[in-house]
Amino acid sequence: MNKVFNRIESITGNVITVRAEGVRYRELAQINTRFGKSLAEVNKIDGELVSLQVFAGGQGISTGDEVRFLGHEMRVSFSEDLLGRIFNGSGEPRDKGPALTDNMKAIGGPSVNPTKRILANRMMRTNIPMIDMFNTLVVSQKLPIFSISGEPYNQLLARIALQAEADVIVLGGMGLKYDDFLYFKEELSNGGALSKTVMFIHTASDPTVECMMIPDMALAVAEQFALQDKDVLVLLTDMTNFADAMKEIAITQEQVPSNRGYPGDLYSQLASRYEKAVDFDDSGSVTVLAVTTMPGDDVTHPVPDNTGYITEGQYYLKGGRIEPFGSLSRLKQNVNGKTRKDHRALMDAMIRMYSSYKETLEKKNMGFAMTRWDEKLLKYGQLFENKLMDLSVNLSLEEALDLGWEILAECFEKDETGIKSDLTDEFWPVR
Amino acid sequence: MTENKGKVVSINGNLISVRFDGNVSMNEICYVNVDNTKLKSEVIRIRGDIAQIQVYEMTGSIKCGDDVDFTGEMLSAQLGPGLLGQIYDGLQNPLPVLAEQAGWFLERGIYADGLNADKKWEFTPTAKIGDTLRAGEYIGTVPEGPFTHKIFVPFYLLGNYTLKSIAEKGEYTVNETIAVLADERGREIPVSMSFKWPVKRAVKCYSERLAPIETMETKVRLIDSFFPVAKGGTYCTPGPFGAGKTVLQHTTSKYADVDIVIIAACGERAGEVVETITEFPELTDPKTGRSLMERTIIICNTSSMPVASREASVYTSVTLAEYYRQMGLNVLLLADSTSRWAQALREMSGRLEEIPGEEAFPAYLESYIAAFYERAGCVRLPDGSKGSVTIGGTVSPAGGNFEEPVTQATLKVVGAFHGLSRERSDARKYPAIDPLISWSKYRTVTDSAKSAFCKNILLHGDEIGSMMKVVGEEGTSLADYIAYLKSEMLDSVYLQQNSFDLVDANCGTARQRYVTDKLIYVLGSEYALENKDDARSFFNRMRQKFIDWNYTEFESEAFAKAESEIDAMYADGKGKTNREAELLLKGGE
Repeated sequence: MNKVFNRIESITGNVITVRAEGVRYRELAQINTRFGKSLAEVNKIDGELVSLQVFAGGQGISTGDEVRFLGHEMRVSFSEDLLGRIFNGSGEPRDKGPALTDNMKAIGGPSVNPTKRILANRMMRTNIPMIDMFNTLVVSQKLPIFSISGEPYNQLLARIALQAEADVIVLGGMGLKYDDFLYFKEELSNGGALSKTVMFIHTASDPTVECMMIPDMALAVAEQFALQDKDVLVLLTDMTNFADAMKEIAITQEQVPSNRGYPGDLYSQLASRYEKAVDFDDSGSVTVLAVTTMPGDDVTHPVPDNTGYITEGQYYLKGGRIEPFGSLSRLKQNVNGKTRKDHRALMDAMIRMYSSYKETLEKKNMGFAMTRWDEKLLKYGQLFENKLMDLSVNLSLEEALDLGWEILAECFEKDETGIKSDLTDEFWPVR
Repeated sequence: MTENKGKVVSINGNLISVRFDGNVSMNEICYVNVDNTKLKSEVIRIRGDIAQIQVYEMTGSIKCGDDVDFTGEMLSAQLGPGLLGQIYDGLQNPLPVLAEQAGWFLERGIYADGLNADKKWEFTPTAKIGDTLRAGEYIGTVPEGPFTHKIFVPFYLLGNYTLKSIAEKGEYTVNETIAVLADERGREIPVSMSFKWPVKRAVKCYSERLAPIETMETKVRLIDSFFPVAKGGTYCTPGPFGAGKTVLQHTTSKYADVDIVIIAACGERAGEVVETITEFPELTDPKTGRSLMERTIIICNTSSMPVASREASVYTSVTLAEYYRQMGLNVLLLADSTSRWAQALREMSGRLEEIPGEEAFPAYLESYIAAFYERAGCVRLPDGSKGSVTIGGTVSPAGGNFEEPVTQATLKVVGAFHGLSRERSDARKYPAIDPLISWSKYRTVTDSAKSAFCKNILLHGDEIGSMMKVVGEEGTSLADYIAYLKSEMLDSVYLQQNSFDLVDANCGTARQRYVTDKLIYVLGSEYALENKDDARSFFNRMRQKFIDWNYTEFESEAFAKAESEIDAMYADGKGKTNREAELLLKGGE
């Protein structure tokens, strides 16, 4: 089966073409270059001409290098041994542990039959009030974190990894800065979550093709854990780098670009990853949180735009906080009715008040006189931002709800909140 | 299946080139043999002895030299009793059956019949031996859920046929021969209760096409009273993500005044389909009192399922719609979203290395979109009855920008445009259809003059609103301010509607007419209001009364009570109708 060819016909960027026969589409090959071995994947076959994308990149490949076809598609080893380990985009260890070769599973497998899914209806707690209380994360949901460069999105992901109620965490890093990689490693091991975490890491200095493999590897592993009745949380950062890697390869292969240079199948490519989020009807689940940085804070950029059409809402990270207005969890209605009976009413009232605060703030900045009601709102806004919105706040949902009532009581009278009186009677703090 | 065979010569994504001998026809279905599975594919270009085919499955591990079997048939849907209540993928494979065979995942190469071959149906013959029949005329009936399902002379038979024999009343499966027809030369053709029809061809077995005149009630006030849709008409709903396209379609699929609803979930989220599958069997159809699922067919090819079958899914859906129209039924096809279908075309076009048009969409995008929407229509059938197919498609424009090619191509061919706006959805004004940009060529359920009167209030209010942003409330005259308040009130009590409230979501024609008259009466009046604070508080209270009124059951006691409260408030404000409103209301009586 292992056929060896050593006639590389062309090398363009990360793509090489070889004259070979009997090669299967998507088959893996190994290339021996003077810098070592690298994997490559078949991405086009035209008669005898086979194009391969080389994981380690085209640099230094010689036309005389040996290409050995392995007879199988890209796979990842799956077992409990994965937990606590770190791999790169080729599936090789990045830590000092041994390579894993048992129980190889294909990546990028078929999609789940919609009739075998169940309606998402379980909350996933993160102890971050802006998520739990205002835009609840639901098991099997797929949500992006829209952010601009410079925002603390990786810190947020690390905290979610530490605190979320998940059996297994799979972290996929694409184009990560090396210090961010170290940060994740340190945070997770300090927080004691490393033992339930698998990491697939591609750093910014690694070859582009490996970046494209990360989501599929991470999600394939997540899916296998989910089939073993585990609730898995997949954290991906950053999907814009993934899209850019696809763009790079597409342009190299002279595909017609559609929008700002991205390939025409960007939507399908992103969707086939995000749609791996699932709650199986009689097994575990996969939940996906993925950072998507918006170039130039532009939500109409093709990557965030296509993502928004795929995902079930989004979290906006702005000014170091999860913005309550742009953020939306489309599935929150499925769960926040059965947490605590004041959850929905309090959530609505607090957001409404916060939006009034924003209006007042605008008025104040324009130099209008402040009424007593305006003063109340200003006080409320400050408290809300410091006590609930701040990303360092760490409270369970119930604590956050109680704190919400405290904040309201500190600023307003009962009947100014617009909350039904049977709720205020029960929950209004006695002072 | 023909004996025609070919061999794979190149592979690029889901586009494969095949060298063949013999004859191959365009859009013919063929199967690629890989490791004991056969992958369904369609011929999309032929050049010399090379056919280029799009594979409806993932193409991993195909290699050059793999065998390809050509079938000689085009991609077809199986038509017959048993389609209602089904959940299909884009190629009409029933998903529950696939789940039984393959488990959790949609493994490639597994196909199942669209109709259950074992189920028996109670057939009653209606045609007599010796009758002369044509394609699209029926020879018998079968009860299917709440409907009488007609059994047709297959649509593909051309010319006149004589009925030679027909089965007696009794139970038969869809594949058993129930009649024999003879053509003009006496050749006999056995016919069963089901037959196949190529999905990319429109069914034209009707006597004439009629203009879409009758309005299709959607129970959404903003649509029915301002931007209506006719039975047999077409409309599109473009909007940025999060603007509520899917919720709006979902509401329409529940309340629309039609017999059958076909939901084509084309390249959208699987979670939304799961919601429909979970929810619909529990809901009752207000028309028949039976489960809503009995009048629904779901064709779902969600975003992660293969792209080529996403393209097929819209055609499969419209074919099923045309089939039920032939029975004299009114069918509504909701396609969510047509942009994903257009993107599927774009992906294929890119692989075929065609010269790209705008935003890399193929040059034939417009004609494809036009041809799809043209399959809607109200028709007179051979037996004199009428049937209709209405098509409503959502469009997901990139960046929410309506200037993009798919939105523009769609706007050229549809009869109504419901543009959703980010501003309205951000302000939680649902349905987020923007009344200032939307339009419709069909007839409103309310009197058109009244509808225009209301629209004017909105337009005028919008003008004042934008002026007020510049000069502030202080710089606006009291009269203008009142006009502004009136338009705000109209917006919040009539345009906005709570789709999660059973009463408010289901607002019928009679109620819409009644409430519109009341609104014209109230909004077309002058009041004794001293200053802006007075005005604001008056209209705020009035608005609250109307909102409460919206939540009461039509013509119930609570309804009358809430109305009398409005009247009391009106008297309190010393209202006096102006001439225009008076004339309108008189004309209406």
